[in-house]
Amino acid sequence: MSAGYNFGFLDEHAKKEVRRAILKAISTPGYQVPYSSREMPMGRGFGTGGLQLTLSLIGADDTLKVIDQGSDDSVNAVNLRQFIEMTCPGIDTTTHLCEATLIQSRHRIPETPLKPEQVLVLQVPYPDPLVVVEPSEDKRKIMHGEADYARLLVKLYEDIVKFDEITISHRYPTRINDHYVIDPSPIPRWDVPKLDNSPALVLFGAGREKKIYAVPPHTKGEPLAFEDVPFRVESFNDAQGKRRACARCGATDSFLDEFMNEDGSKRYQCSDSDYCDETLQANKTTEATTYA
Amino acid sequence: MGYVAIKGGGQAIQGAEEVLEALRTAEGEHGTPLTTQAIENQLRLLTSRIVSEGGLYHPQLAALAIKQSQGDTLEAAFALRAYRSTKPRLLETSAQDTGSMRLIRRISSAFKDIPGGQMLGPTYDYALRLMRLDLANESPESFRAVAHEFLAETPEPNLPDTYPKVVEALRAEGLLPPVENHTETPFDITREPLIFPVPRSAALATMARAETGSILALAYSNMRGYGDVHPTVAELRVGYLPVMLPHPITGEPVEVGEVLMTECEVVAMYEDDDAKGAPTFTLGYGACFGHNEVKAIAMAILDRALQKGMRDGPSNPSEDPEFVLLHIDGVDSMGFASHYKMPHYVTFQSDMDRLRNTQEKHESVKKQDVNEGVQ
Repeated sequence: MSAGYNFGFLDEHAKKEVRRAILKAISTPGYQVPYSSREMPMGRGFGTGGLQLTLSLIGADDTLKVIDQGSDDSVNAVNLRQFIEMTCPGIDTTTHLCEATLIQSRHRIPETPLKPEQVLVLQVPYPDPLVVVEPSEDKRKIMHGEADYARLLVKLYEDIVKFDEITISHRYPTRINDHYVIDPSPIPRWDVPKLDNSPALVLFGAGREKKIYAVPPHTKGEPLAFEDVPFRVESFNDAQGKRRACARCGATDSFLDEFMNEDGSKRYQCSDSDYCDETLQANKTTEATTYA
Repeated sequence: MGYVAIKGGGQAIQGAEEVLEALRTAEGEHGTPLTTQAIENQLRLLTSRIVSEGGLYHPQLAALAIKQSQGDTLEAAFALRAYRSTKPRLLETSAQDTGSMRLIRRISSAFKDIPGGQMLGPTYDYALRLMRLDLANESPESFRAVAHEFLAETPEPNLPDTYPKVVEALRAEGLLPPVENHTETPFDITREPLIFPVPRSAALATMARAETGSILALAYSNMRGYGDVHPTVAELRVGYLPVMLPHPITGEPVEVGEVLMTECEVVAMYEDDDAKGAPTFTLGYGACFGHNEVKAIAMAILDRALQKGMRDGPSNPSEDPEFVLLHIDGVDSMGFASHYKMPHYVTFQSDMDRLRNTQEKHESVKKQDVNEGVQ
């Protein structure tokens, strides 16, 4: 099937348009740049925005990593990676973060800090954090321009009044470079601090909603919060207040997935499969050295 | 210990493809593969729907899309749309005159007698929807004889090549405002995102590619009372429109092909026009690739509703350009509905964290209340 398709599936005009939108997005951190967004051969909502970014940026000398829910092996990650391999002959793919030049991800930022030469592409279902308080895009655009996030802050305040807690679990509104508030894509709160002053460029692509935005390297990214109610990431402490460890690699510093054992008990494991493998490998090496 | 539940994605996808293919061919040795010609001709209304929703006039590829998607209209239109992404834009046509259509059908519900006459043509409108059990076991011989006999019995038609447009007659009488000459380039929805407010040309283009059921539902809401267009079909025409392109050397328009299309013009009651001139009826316009009358009518009604909404602000959903135009695309809506089937482990973990936290707080407040009650 690959015969007959242009490198990167899209025609060159389409890729050029995406790259121009990327440049604009980098120049105005957090601003949602509209672009025409071509139809891709996978469903809207399956990462078509991220995919268009990746296909427009990737060259034959790139090494690509694709993850979904932190894992390189999940169905959608496999699907996207196979499609990119098929339409971009010559590229390398990897599951090791350290080898990748381009990383496309859904719902997670890798645990290991990114390097300056890497680019992270996040898939975005809802690009606009204001959608929870204002359904009209026309009005939201004005609010963004005026940096008017009062209604969003009121929403957070109302949460505290009702639940004594900010109930936003993921897609946590984050202010970039002291102006635009972004929807950082459905990453958990755990990953939000990684956006702040990130050494790597982070790009966001919303295919269905036709928007591209960016958090450029070394740019301030600040989750919305109040002085007396700070932003908090997910807690992985047990009832005794002890930090749970990954049942596989033993890490106590990663975002954990919760699994139900057949006997009804729970088990926790790293969501980032590459990080889990790396930690496991490091532990083995340490053990081997100890025994030697 | 491996990664439970998420390993083996590649194999699973491969397996899913194989089982889909096995279902497509499940008739086994007694089966006959559907030819794309059979789909294009015998399922011509389905093909029409796909070229229109796919936004690409290519009936053969549309038929193939129907075949490979096993008849799912959303999937088929989607495949055609994705194919379109791989093709560069080479040329643009100028505005085409639908007065030059070779018609297979045209009706007006506004006048009994329209210039050129009414032509019922191929329609189910007045057919009794009784099950035609004779078709269940149709023999190839009888099938082949039908069109042959029809053509043999039909007298040599003495029909004009083109028919005048009904709305022209209304314009001539001053019942409709004269055509405004628009010089601005039409909005190209395949190259520009919709940023509201959008011009009418963007709305028309978006509706022309809309999913039939979605656009019908929104138009129906207007017909039922969430709106007040109260349309009359001035003309509905179905036929082949010659597509004209400028000749590469002379620049003269030359016919490069033709597209089957449906066009509908509805006339709606006149409105206060800020005393700008004599009151006239207002027009709603609908047109799409293929033979799809319900879609063209729905589009015409929504065009009229949206023009009102764009001018006075929307007073119901069908008059709101954002509401209508962002929710009628089949590729967008089916994709997003399907995406909920993908894993959401991480976000759900995050949801549970918030809920458990809130529950704990709730519990401790309750305990506190109980303790205070005891004192």
